[in-house]
Amino acid sequence: MSNALSRLLETRDWLMADGATGTNLFAMGLEAGEPPELWNIDHPERIRALHQGFVDAGSDLILTNSFGGTRYRLKLHNHQDRAFELNKASAEIARAVADEAGRPVIVAGSVGPTGEIFEPVGTLSIADAVIAFEEQIKGLMEGGADVIWAETISSEEEITAIAQACANLDAPLCATLSFDTAGRTMMGVTSTGYAEIQKTLPSLPLAFGANCGTGAPDLLRTVLGLTEACPDAIVIAKANAGIPKYVDGIIEYDGTPELMADYARLARDAGARIIGGCCGTKPEHLVAMKAAMESHTPTRRPALEMIISRIGDFSSEGDGTGDQSAAPRRERRGRKRA
Amino acid sequence: MADEEDDIILSELSDDELVLQMHDDLYDGLKDEISEGVNILLERGWTPYDVLTKALVEGMRIVGIDFRDGILFVPEVLLAANAMKAGMFILRPLLAETGAPKQGKMVIGTVKGDIHDIGKNLVGMMMEGAGFDVVDLGINNPVENYLEAIEKEDADILGMSALLTTTMPYMKVVIDEMTAKGIRENYVVLVGGAPLNEEFGKAIGADAYCRDAAVAVETAKEFMEHRKHNQTA
Repeated sequence: MSNALSRLLETRDWLMADGATGTNLFAMGLEAGEPPELWNIDHPERIRALHQGFVDAGSDLILTNSFGGTRYRLKLHNHQDRAFELNKASAEIARAVADEAGRPVIVAGSVGPTGEIFEPVGTLSIADAVIAFEEQIKGLMEGGADVIWAETISSEEEITAIAQACANLDAPLCATLSFDTAGRTMMGVTSTGYAEIQKTLPSLPLAFGANCGTGAPDLLRTVLGLTEACPDAIVIAKANAGIPKYVDGIIEYDGTPELMADYARLARDAGARIIGGCCGTKPEHLVAMKAAMESHTPTRRPALEMIISRIGDFSSEGDGTGDQSAAPRRERRGRKRA
Repeated sequence: MADEEDDIILSELSDDELVLQMHDDLYDGLKDEISEGVNILLERGWTPYDVLTKALVEGMRIVGIDFRDGILFVPEVLLAANAMKAGMFILRPLLAETGAPKQGKMVIGTVKGDIHDIGKNLVGMMMEGAGFDVVDLGINNPVENYLEAIEKEDADILGMSALLTTTMPYMKVVIDEMTAKGIRENYVVLVGGAPLNEEFGKAIGADAYCRDAAVAVETAKEFMEHRKHNQTA
């Protein structure tokens, strides 16, 4: 499938994605609890300024302000019937900024989790989720998104539903999960597990990887798992800029531009080709990351010790892959019932 | 080991065997088996309180440990919690009748703007599994909901959850309002959610940040012991 992202990737070894949406909108006056998607209609100039900041910092790809844009998320604010409108508006704003950049900038339509738990443990069926994601994705594509960008997903069922919606609408997909629980997703998916899952999705992602989670060291460990399992794949790394702290009434992430620059070099060494930041990542971080990647010649894959010594320790000892997949199991009384 | 694959007849097990089997069945999320086990123990003359603590609470404690240690993940824990709920459904009215000892009462809810209730539900179920009374306010709670509920329910503990960077500061709004009304010290405030950390919990004035549901239960128990100690002192 030919699209703007795959064409750009043919000419470039790496692309820089953008930074945080939520935490940066806070700095622009978003109130705690307010749905950011409403700003696509109520304050488009602020969303435009957010994108412009990233493009000016050198981002080759920007995500639309539509993370919570499914009807399941919007219904919390009684805006469930505005899914199409809010998503379309988000893509139009990003499209306009991208088209004026004077260089190719990809508009990626952000699709976040519904917040619901899927059957059989929860109540949402994949079929119902596909309908909701189709509604969101139609809006994003009509507004001018080049690709759909699933992010912060934690369950196999949910990423499958998004991929099915993309397949139904012929929309190209990039897909990142959030590995935030001892190196796995909240629902227990490991990096190597996801490398297998993505091969079976109804729409094969043109790029896949990890975003958010618990900090740059963990995210790089996940990227190593993905690139080891799929050495030829286009892998995405979008790490948080450190961890959140509460300073003078606002949330501040403690990762410095220097730390994020070194994270970007390590991500390149680990084999990632699309590199950006998630929560806490501001334009100043991206400027440092771009400079670092431009002057960096990828070297051998970093060992875990190298990651620790350069950007800090992991949040958990193992991540459920390799030797640890034979991980602790509880001693049972010997009779497991079906 | 063919004989071990034979069907287990719960009613043929001794009390000790049955309780251990119920721990395994909770671990595996088998709710019909848990209901059956609870009924058998009650028929054998166990007090509802003993069934709760020795079979269910102990079983959920094991689930909690393995969740904390990264052996079990959310789907398995939700299944286990559902199985426990089935047992609680039978025990709750009996516990009320018999006036069994209470651990304490917790009001819990996800803050305004946040739809995520997975973590909050887990904490609620694990707290209930540990013998606490839990009043669940659901998602998207403004400050008034919390204040009204803790007063009306005469709660010991307020638990707040946020899963988004955009909603976590709202926890401070609630705590500040409690302080302004002069009632902050009447309650233990516990906070949790993926983007939080201990330092954040301290900075907003919570009593503790709880990394996961198992830690929340341990922390709540510790605080309740202090409270009881202080009340009797």
